[in-house]
Amino acid sequence: MSSATPSAPEAGAGLFSRTKTIPAVGPILVLLAFCLVFAVTNPRFLAPHNLSIILQQTIVVGTLAIGQTLVILTAGIDLAVGAICVLGTIVAGKMVNLGYDPMLSMLFAAILCTLSGLIAGALVSRLDLPPFIVTLGTLGILTAALRLISKGGAFPVQDDFLGLTGNTFRIGSFVLTYGVLAMLLLYAIVWYLLNETRWGRHLYAIGNNPEAARLVGIPVRLHLLQVYALAGLIYGITAWLALGRIPNADPNALQTANLDSITAVVIGGTSLFGGRGGLVGTLIGALIVGVLRNGLTLAGIDPLWQDLVTGILVIVAVAFDQLSRRRR
Amino acid sequence: MQTSHHDRSRHVLPQFMAGCAVFALAFGLVGAVGISYAHAEDVIVGLVTKTEVNPFFVKMRQAAEAEAQTKGLKLIARAGKFDGDNEGQVAAIEDLISAGAKGILVTPNNSSGMLGVIKKARDAGVLVIALDTATDPADAVDATFATDNLEAGVQQGAYAKAALGDKKPVIAMLDGTPGGTVDTFRHDGFLKGFGIAEGDPAIAGAAITNGAQDKAQVGMENLLSKNGDINVVYTINEPAAAGGYQALKSFGMEKDVILTSIDGGCAGVRNVKAGIIAATVMQFPYKMASMGVDAVAEYAATGKKPSGFINTGSYLITDKPMPGLDSKDSEWGLQNCWGD
Amino acid sequence: MSALASAPNQPGDSVRNVLEARNLVKSYGHVVALDGVDFDLRAGEILAVVGDNGAGKSTLIKTLTGAVVPDSGEILLDGQPVHFKGPLDARHRGIEAVYQDLAVAPALDIPSNLFLGRELLSPGILGSVFRRLDKRRMREMAAEAMADLKFRLPSITSRVENLSGGQRQGVAVARAAVFARKLVIMDEPTAALGVRETGQVLELIRAIRDRGLPVVLISHNMPNVFELADRICIMRLGKRAAVVSPKSHTMADVVAIMTGAVKVEAG
Ligand SMILES: Nc1ncnc2c1ncn2[C@@H]1O[C@H](COP(=O)(O)OP(=O)(O)OP(=O)(O)O)[C@@H](O)[C@H]1O
Ligand SMILES: [Mg+2]
Repeated sequence: MSSATPSAPEAGAGLFSRTKTIPAVGPILVLLAFCLVFAVTNPRFLAPHNLSIILQQTIVVGTLAIGQTLVILTAGIDLAVGAICVLGTIVAGKMVNLGYDPMLSMLFAAILCTLSGLIAGALVSRLDLPPFIVTLGTLGILTAALRLISKGGAFPVQDDFLGLTGNTFRIGSFVLTYGVLAMLLLYAIVWYLLNETRWGRHLYAIGNNPEAARLVGIPVRLHLLQVYALAGLIYGITAWLALGRIPNADPNALQTANLDSITAVVIGGTSLFGGRGGLVGTLIGALIVGVLRNGLTLAGIDPLWQDLVTGILVIVAVAFDQLSRRRR
Repeated sequence: MQTSHHDRSRHVLPQFMAGCAVFALAFGLVGAVGISYAHAEDVIVGLVTKTEVNPFFVKMRQAAEAEAQTKGLKLIARAGKFDGDNEGQVAAIEDLISAGAKGILVTPNNSSGMLGVIKKARDAGVLVIALDTATDPADAVDATFATDNLEAGVQQGAYAKAALGDKKPVIAMLDGTPGGTVDTFRHDGFLKGFGIAEGDPAIAGAAITNGAQDKAQVGMENLLSKNGDINVVYTINEPAAAGGYQALKSFGMEKDVILTSIDGGCAGVRNVKAGIIAATVMQFPYKMASMGVDAVAEYAATGKKPSGFINTGSYLITDKPMPGLDSKDSEWGLQNCWGD
Repeated sequence: MSALASAPNQPGDSVRNVLEARNLVKSYGHVVALDGVDFDLRAGEILAVVGDNGAGKSTLIKTLTGAVVPDSGEILLDGQPVHFKGPLDARHRGIEAVYQDLAVAPALDIPSNLFLGRELLSPGILGSVFRRLDKRRMREMAAEAMADLKFRLPSITSRVENLSGGQRQGVAVARAAVFARKLVIMDEPTAALGVRETGQVLELIRAIRDRGLPVVLISHNMPNVFELADRICIMRLGKRAAVVSPKSHTMADVVAIMTGAVKVEAG
């Protein structure tokens, strides 16, 4: 039998794994099932206004989850996502309120966020410190530092440029913000990086088998550094989107963003062990959480059910990952 | 071909299980949704509290639920994920607008962070009432139903002053979080009621407690080390008072110091009854909630909106009443307190 | 010098050495994995490297492929000293290896693993500006390479984790065979294989030699070694104990040197 043998079923055909042809089938089915339930029970759910609200609510965690996906694909984890993003909002907001050019302020804030990622990446890749600990430390340091800078208080940020991504445009009866567009664009760009370039291929290889990656000549450490820095940049861009959504710089914001983004990534079918999964799943995962929260509210059900169902989905997703890995 | 067979059998089972899990979940939801789904004609009132767990907000929610039931409204309750979660409250208000709520009652985690979405709600014809905490500016909402924290502080200060009598005051201030609106009002009110100004030499010192017992204990210990003559203690809330008491006790001073507080939680009232706290000022979360629900019911029926600041009242609770100061005893307090 | 030692490089020997190493030392903490090893690989030969577990075979070939940087010693490629800082350096010089633990990424498919680290880019600006992978061409080339190997495979786009141990080994061997320009090093390439697959790999090794490339073959399988090798390098305790010819020595001789039952003066 030669390589022309008809293809055997892909191992990735399980609901929560990924196949070459349709990525993230499992999460997509789950999303559709929930949408169906909510649409049947409350016609308001499918109203264009409501759907665009769900998308807008997904912007911040959804965009943060892009960076989280990259880090998790390397078999790492990033607990500082929210803190780095808040760093961006506070620095940009403070600078603008001090009279600096808004574009320059946002750029500077994004550079700071990238730098935070870079430092975490350096500690992970050069000193071989566990990502969990490094990003936990980053989280603590940034949270404390931000509260010191802002003296504990949130402050409004009224600026046309910083609030730009909150502006709306219309597609038919859908009113969307530029923030939604920016999030989808970022997903597209990073998806391309992951799936269509060497850089992405090498990222998967590193997450999958770092020693193999090293032996075939992939500069593993440098790559890790790049991943964390890129993640930092993404969190910085998210800061801009967050200011567009809520024009308020708040050191107390996004405290659960790390767990929320990890939830989206995991429900989306990306393995916490690295090297398996992808961005389509993450976007769907973030949407599932948003749809649940919104749909349950519309149905008048205690939103605690959202946490409960999300919890079940996380466990189911991880169980599948574990099962499919054990079979090997 | 052998490989293919092998592969197929390996993957069918988990796939099947995944399918079952998803559909069980989905249909479980259908069931749950079916049971509690609001009829289209229902008047929906939304309640968005700061967090899910704080007993103050639990009481608020219970009262809102009860009142909504008697008025024939449908209550949908949401909360921030953590203390200070503005994003979550904004999303909650958005969802409630989508759900077609007639009125939304909100205890803002951040007095300026949700102005945008509140405006959206009001533009959509939704009545928005702030409970417990005002927005900044206060007229961003239709009305605010809350404790007048300045007034509550004044009650606490006046009691401390009266209880101290002629003795020379040496005051310790166990503050919450500096800069917080509630914190500032209570602090300033206390000084006003006591009849002194900020910076008065009678103030021996202040500690930041974040309203937490452990931090309050450490803060009080440090203040007592600094000045052993302290005879009056202001506390931002009752947990802070409990922490302050522990410190006083370890210095053997619990009998000589007048410990006062604000809140009206049941644990606090029990401490009043036990003589640990001399007096506390009770506020009424259930009143805020039920008045809020009533206002929404009224708005739905007649289109009439409340406006401005409406004080839901505060009572001095003590078993050692002072002449000239209105107060209730701890028995009454226990019947009207919140939490357990 | 003992009678057993057929000295590898007599002075005046006209045979060209493709790869040479002198006095390689590598320790891991207290463990001395390589204790002053010499090594030479002649043009067009199959050189077997044998030795007990832990004799230092894998470590030796890792230093030759840049995967491990030796503490001291020198490596000469075509007579020129080289300093490999990483596996990429060696790969650029045309040295390919099949490592004992295979060095494959299980979640990636066969073409991705074959081309790992040197993926092909699309022609035109898609490749030069957008750095887009040419997945189709890689898939076609991979299918061709695997077909040459005559390995039984479910599908060229299978993930490597869904392959049997032997099939995985086939992928690793094919990768080395396709890309080698100078020499191929294989660390126990038949360890997990059945009789049929082992035969295929041995055939492939001969095919590589017939292309004119020398092959270093590490194996514990003496019959295979004696069937294929032109020379046998025997490692013992981090040193090269001897280099012998399968024509002049028996399996028993080799095992005796390997286990230290017979001592050989180092050439
Ligand atoms: N990364 C490492 N860290 C520590 N010690 C190592 C490492 N790699 C090899 N060693 C040690 O070096 C010695 C030689 O190991 P090596 O893997 O080269 O042996 P080998 O001849 O390939 O054995 P086998 O036949 O079992 O593959 C062993 O004692 C081993 O424990
Ligand atoms: Mg070995």
